[in-house]
Amino acid sequence: MLLDCPSLKAISKIGGLHQMLGLHGYSFAAVPRDSLLCLPNCDGTNKIGASFETPCGRMLIKSAEYMKMISSLKPNIWASLADEVPAWTSEKRNRTSVDRTVQWLDDCIALDPADGGAVFGAIVGGSSVGERSRCAQEVSRRNVSGYWIGGFGLGESMDERPALLNAVTDVLPEEKPRQICGIGLPEEVLQGVAAGIDLFDSTYIYHLTLGGFALTFQMDRSKEHVPSYQLSKIGSDNAKINLRATIYRKDTSPIVDGCSCYTCQNHTRAYINHLLNVHEMLAQILLEIHNTHHYLGFFRLIREAIKEGKFELFCQKFIQTRRGHLVEAAVCA
Amino acid sequence: MPVGTQGTIKGLTTNQLEEIGCQIVLGNTYHLALRPTSELIDELGGLHKFMNWPRALLTDSGGFQMVSLLHLADITEEGVTFQSPVDGKPMLLTPEESIQIQNRIGADIIMALDDVVKTTITGPRIEEAMYRTLRWIDRCIAAHKRPSEQNLFGIVQGGLDPVLRDKCVRGLVHRNLPGYAIGGLAGGEDKDSFWRVVAQCTAALPEDKPRYVMGVGYPLDIVVCSALGADMYDCVYPTRTARFGTALIPEGVLKLKHTAMADDVRPIDPTCNCMVCKNYTRAYIHCLVTKDAMGSQLLSYHNLYYMMKLGRDLHTSIIQGCFPEFVCGFLQKMFPKGDVPEWVCNAMEVAGIDISSCCAPFSSS
Repeated sequence: MLLDCPSLKAISKIGGLHQMLGLHGYSFAAVPRDSLLCLPNCDGTNKIGASFETPCGRMLIKSAEYMKMISSLKPNIWASLADEVPAWTSEKRNRTSVDRTVQWLDDCIALDPADGGAVFGAIVGGSSVGERSRCAQEVSRRNVSGYWIGGFGLGESMDERPALLNAVTDVLPEEKPRQICGIGLPEEVLQGVAAGIDLFDSTYIYHLTLGGFALTFQMDRSKEHVPSYQLSKIGSDNAKINLRATIYRKDTSPIVDGCSCYTCQNHTRAYINHLLNVHEMLAQILLEIHNTHHYLGFFRLIREAIKEGKFELFCQKFIQTRRGHLVEAAVCA
Repeated sequence: MPVGTQGTIKGLTTNQLEEIGCQIVLGNTYHLALRPTSELIDELGGLHKFMNWPRALLTDSGGFQMVSLLHLADITEEGVTFQSPVDGKPMLLTPEESIQIQNRIGADIIMALDDVVKTTITGPRIEEAMYRTLRWIDRCIAAHKRPSEQNLFGIVQGGLDPVLRDKCVRGLVHRNLPGYAIGGLAGGEDKDSFWRVVAQCTAALPEDKPRYVMGVGYPLDIVVCSALGADMYDCVYPTRTARFGTALIPEGVLKLKHTAMADDVRPIDPTCNCMVCKNYTRAYIHCLVTKDAMGSQLLSYHNLYYMMKLGRDLHTSIIQGCFPEFVCGFLQKMFPKGDVPEWVCNAMEVAGIDISSCCAPFSSS
């Protein structure tokens, strides 16, 4: 959205995001960071605004400009402007990012048009448990509808993440939704859910599709999945298969047996393999349909497990099946 | 017939093609034989099954692609010799081989291998090509293993020479084929010569069999050829022009990349009922066509919808007995000032269609 095409004027004329994209039945959340085309650039960010690297060059966005975009787009939810820093920044820079982000939240709220949709307060703090907690406390004091947790997926390790996440979620009121950016792998999602995150946005599916991968991890909680070492040699594993591989040339089965997505109901692995080989756009379309469907199914399973009070068991089983594959691969190697 | 070169119309699902009202899709034998190979397609049950396309398919002979795509392709009595694009080995596509490949791919309509020559070429080569096409049709017929499942169409050649064209038509009609194509056009010849060849062929071909003008084309060309008695067409134009950001509309074309589109919140064509025109604005598509593959996908959808509707409307107007009125309406929208090109006027006169109401009188020069 920061790419100025279409112009804000045009978007307003059209009537906002829902109209422009023709997706009336869906909710939209507007966030400043898009991990593909709009990456936070912490060196450029200063007290005037947040800096982003985009295909059109570096852009510095002030709160006022940001709020103009929001009122044009008319999303259902929007996150306040944040100063996201990677995991290795200095303490001082980290502290500044928290101060700035809170200040910008206040600026954005002040500029919020009456019908502006629900505001999610941005929470940063890098890899400092203390700063994360401080930021969360400050933001929770403001009148917001939910929380957007930024600064993840920017270099921290999976091991240090739970502590950082908990530092934030422990402080936040339970009844307000929490959204996180930059966390996409199934195991990472489980980490996030365990810490109390409700909404996730990431580029995981996008990158899978681009690479010609299709998600295949077990969705049926009753079946036992048998991992295969042969698959891992071609970049496939328990979670996904690489449809560019020649073993799929004559495979007339769907990506996942029993999957109800358009791709699996209508097409075979062999056909997608062919499309990938001849560089046809339809390959990405079909893969994106399946991957999105499969991924959303994963979230549905998580919700069911939570409802049944079996979330921890679900996590353990899921991680186990993944580890089982790695163990077998290690043994065979 | 949209062209689904490699077993897909670029960016559209078979579901969308059905939605648009597409009845038949063309697949290119040359490309499919290269990848994934006709043997693999055969093994997996034929192209219909491979692509999951429940309607009709037509494959061309492979000859044209070879001649136009390959550097060192050459035509001899045996067949088309060329260098394999995979490993550079000399290869030969004979009429027999072309039919066998098409038998394996399994399309409903298959095309004979013809000796196709550009209409811009003159001299004895054209005559040689015409006679060779007749000799090859016999070899194609003999090699065809599935005549009750696949319809073999012959292709009329002969350049722009009416005598040669006539001989070729007679020769093919004599073989009593399920359908006939008019080939060797749409290659750069002037429009005046183009329509005359079509008119001559359609006049001589049997009335109860389909006539397929290969490589045509622009909406205007399709309207003219239909007036002259043709039934089927194939062209990459709608989908290719979509990928360059151009949409087909009744007035002609709309270039979505133009800066004026950036603020235009109307649909591509306010009179169009397709999914794209019902949901998206020119401003949004303008953005996409310069940055995202989805731009060309949406335009392909709209352009194909436009072409399918044109075909349907032509068909309906014939059945309802108002074909001339439809043609006039079409021309009026495309040439609001009445400046209908002379070749169109001449062709319509020969076709017996009165379009005087939409032509401005010619200024005397």
